[in-house]
Amino acid sequence: MKLREIRDLLQCEVLAGDDSLSIDVQQVVASDGMSEILAFAKSKELMVTGLTNIQSIRTADFAGCCAVLYCRGKRPDNRVIEYARNKKIPVLVTRMIMFDICALLASKGLKGVS
Amino acid sequence: MAAELMRESYEIQGGNFDRGGEISGEIKSVLLDLGISAPDIRRAVIVAFEAEMNVVMYAWKGTLTFILTEDAVDLIVRDEGPGIPDLELAFQEGYTTATDEMRELGFGFGMGLPNMKKNSDELRIETEVGKGTSVIARIRLNAHE
Repeated sequence: MKLREIRDLLQCEVLAGDDSLSIDVQQVVASDGMSEILAFAKSKELMVTGLTNIQSIRTADFAGCCAVLYCRGKRPDNRVIEYARNKKIPVLVTRMIMFDICALLASKGLKGVS
Repeated sequence: MAAELMRESYEIQGGNFDRGGEISGEIKSVLLDLGISAPDIRRAVIVAFEAEMNVVMYAWKGTLTFILTEDAVDLIVRDEGPGIPDLELAFQEGYTTATDEMRELGFGFGMGLPNMKKNSDELRIETEVGKGTSVIARIRLNAHE
């Protein structure tokens, strides 16, 4: 599923990486715990989280996630968005809660990691 | 013992969440510039990040020393902090002494030490309650094809 399709499905606003929406996403890792993301992500997953500090982008960068999606309408501050741009990590935000995001993505065939 | 190709030391400020992970980011940049393989970079940086965040969360201050040899990345993280009273317990997934504040910042879910162990080929922890903790990790290069 393309990141663009995920944007439309989840009614996201794109905060960074407007030009990277053709990325193909097949797997998802979802948690507010950064060590859990680091433990379970293999590489290229979409990371779904409610944590918006700079460590969320650092975690995505170190774990090799392809993009970050913030749930519950939580928006990072500009410094975090700028950091994500520098790391070339697309950032999206949706008002949906994590459970609904995961359910919708799973219904479209995306897999979780474990 | 393999010859050292590079050695850098960085100061870690305890309690400074804003900068937590900055040093691990620098190490990632250095390893990328040196042409180290992506899986090896990933393992080294996850160990560095977890160790760095532990110092930020629990200790007063610390140093992270990064040593590159021909066949490994060695990470030595020493802190002045409270130490770990029960190391065996600390290695259990899910065990944590983190505060609510730490968890709100995304850390302290009891996966830090298990992640360090999983991503390193050798891991040694030396700790003394009331004094501090040292993490000595070796990540072998090209060992996991």
